[in-house]
Amino acid sequence: MKKFNLEFVVGLFLIAGFSCFVYLALQLGEVSFFAGQKNYTLAADFDNVSGLKEGAVLEIAGVNVGKVDRVVLGENDRARVYMQLPREIVVYEDAVASVRTQGIIGDKYIRIIQGGADETLQDGDFFTETESALDIEEMVGKYIFGDL
Amino acid sequence: MTEPIIELVDVVKDFGSQRILDHVNLEIYGGRTTVIAGGSGQGKSVTLKLILGLLKPDSGAILVKGRDVTAMGRGELNELRSVFGVLFQGAALLDSLNVFDNVALPLRERTKLRREEIRDRVINTLVQLGLVGHDEKFPAQLSGGMKKRVGLARALQLQPEIMLFDEPTTGLDPEKTLEIYQLFFETQRRFGYTSVIVSHDIPKVFNLADQVVVLNGGKLVAFDRPEEIQLCEIPEIQAFVKATMGHLYHSSDLE
Amino acid sequence: MIFKFIENLGAKALYYLSDLGRMGVFLFRVLAGVFKRPFRYRAVLGQLREIGANSLGVIFFTAAFTGMVLGLQGYYTLRKFGSEGLLGSAVSLSLLREMGPVLTALMVTGRAGSAMCAEIGIMRNSEQIDALECMAVDPFRYLITPKFVAILIAVPLLTMIFNVVGICGGYLAGVKMLGVNPGAFFSGMESSVVNRDISMGIIKALVFAVLIVWICTGRGYYVDKIDGAGYGAEGVSRVTTQAVVLSSISILVWDYILTAMLL
Repeated sequence: MKKFNLEFVVGLFLIAGFSCFVYLALQLGEVSFFAGQKNYTLAADFDNVSGLKEGAVLEIAGVNVGKVDRVVLGENDRARVYMQLPREIVVYEDAVASVRTQGIIGDKYIRIIQGGADETLQDGDFFTETESALDIEEMVGKYIFGDL
Repeated sequence: MTEPIIELVDVVKDFGSQRILDHVNLEIYGGRTTVIAGGSGQGKSVTLKLILGLLKPDSGAILVKGRDVTAMGRGELNELRSVFGVLFQGAALLDSLNVFDNVALPLRERTKLRREEIRDRVINTLVQLGLVGHDEKFPAQLSGGMKKRVGLARALQLQPEIMLFDEPTTGLDPEKTLEIYQLFFETQRRFGYTSVIVSHDIPKVFNLADQVVVLNGGKLVAFDRPEEIQLCEIPEIQAFVKATMGHLYHSSDLE
Repeated sequence: MIFKFIENLGAKALYYLSDLGRMGVFLFRVLAGVFKRPFRYRAVLGQLREIGANSLGVIFFTAAFTGMVLGLQGYYTLRKFGSEGLLGSAVSLSLLREMGPVLTALMVTGRAGSAMCAEIGIMRNSEQIDALECMAVDPFRYLITPKFVAILIAVPLLTMIFNVVGICGGYLAGVKMLGVNPGAFFSGMESSVVNRDISMGIIKALVFAVLIVWICTGRGYYVDKIDGAGYGAEGVSRVTTQAVVLSSISILVWDYILTAMLL
């Protein structure tokens, strides 16, 4: 067999390497050339989002519809969560966003319970109603000290 | 007499606790052939490396064309090294390059010559040294004598003023040894360089030598004419001469 | 007796200190070689083939089986908690952050690093490096810098290939063989991986690449100066072993340091 020339072999290697990199960056990371067209961002303020991570899942009726983009400290020391959803998913103005737990030890995710209003939330809008993460320690404490 | 081209002044070199060179003085004059002889492990190769600035002496000075090698920075040293051509013991050809590329290496790296000019020059030297038809071979495919020729061809590319030869005949059979010395003689006549040969090949190398220097026990004894070495009174040198020359020495003594 | 002991201790300390210093100077001169002209593009290409293209087979097999084993192990562990759905993220995160860069670097050390060390060591012993210096050719620019540049390009790319092949391996084991829901596998992966995981892998790969080329060529370059290495073929073989062991250890140590710094 004739030996392939140097440039050809190296070129092949570089293409293989870069395409793997591009695949990882586009498919798994958030780098997307069409980010502006495909997705829009919604925000919500919570009292407590303990355990919620960037990249956590967004569900409507148990279906994965997007992910948490950023979690920051917002006004009045409340947690502000930015979420990314694809354009085709519509969320109504009176929908409720709540922080829930997947399985027993599973990650925290955000469940959106759709409302029935006529208006829909647009890019950059805030959820009006939210439910915070259930803090098991706090609940146990309340139970023991009789507040419940 | 003119200024020496290479001068070692009071040079001391230790390796660990062993003193290899003990206050050595040596003068080498231009246009001549100096042979540095001595048993193995007596610091012959070390002397060459000191002259080239590859090793630094523990004390003393080494002057090449009047400039002290030991005090030079890397830049100056690189500049000075264009004066030298070196043929190493195993020829030190780069394994990854073929004969042509090995010989072309100094021209490619050190000059701004065009490809065709480099080609012409290299082919020219290969012809002169009888290496025609071997230019595509790699060093591993060459015999010891061939490697030496290629090494010599490479060393001559930048037209050195001084050629240093480190044990040029080790590993060669007696016939090849004579052939190599013949080659040295011819190339020196053609290129007119000063040559310094490190060798333990005592009787044979004498034919080339204008000056013989014997290293023994860190000390150096110089002889202006090769014949003088045989008449030397120092017992170590007598022993060395006897050991290397055998009864050749006796027969010449009788004459 | 005690005096002798202290003397030995001092000599050892001096040796290690000067060894470290030598390696520092070595790295500096290699870096300086990157900026010296003429730059040896073709030599870089040759090294890219040696380090990169020729390592593809090894990387492919290592990655495929690492991914499959991660899929298997992950599946049985996660099933205990009823969260097989997390398999995709478990496989992809462990590959991207740890297994990919570390195993790639270890494979490259074994394949290319040892070869580099032996090559440079032999060149030192047969006076080829001295010959270069005598021709006033900087041996760092001529010999080491092409390897340095090539490995800096090759290792991150190999790591990326390792990651992708590994994920495919995990998919094969988890989804095709054990029956995890493929949708869950991929959506778990996509939702849990963030850009930082990928960039962390690349940073690690770059640091490991520098470690490999530095230690392996450095040991070879100073084969004549290393304690107990000796001369000739034996010296080269000892120094090569030393280089592989040292770079593997430093890769693992730096993996910890980098993880602690970047997480």
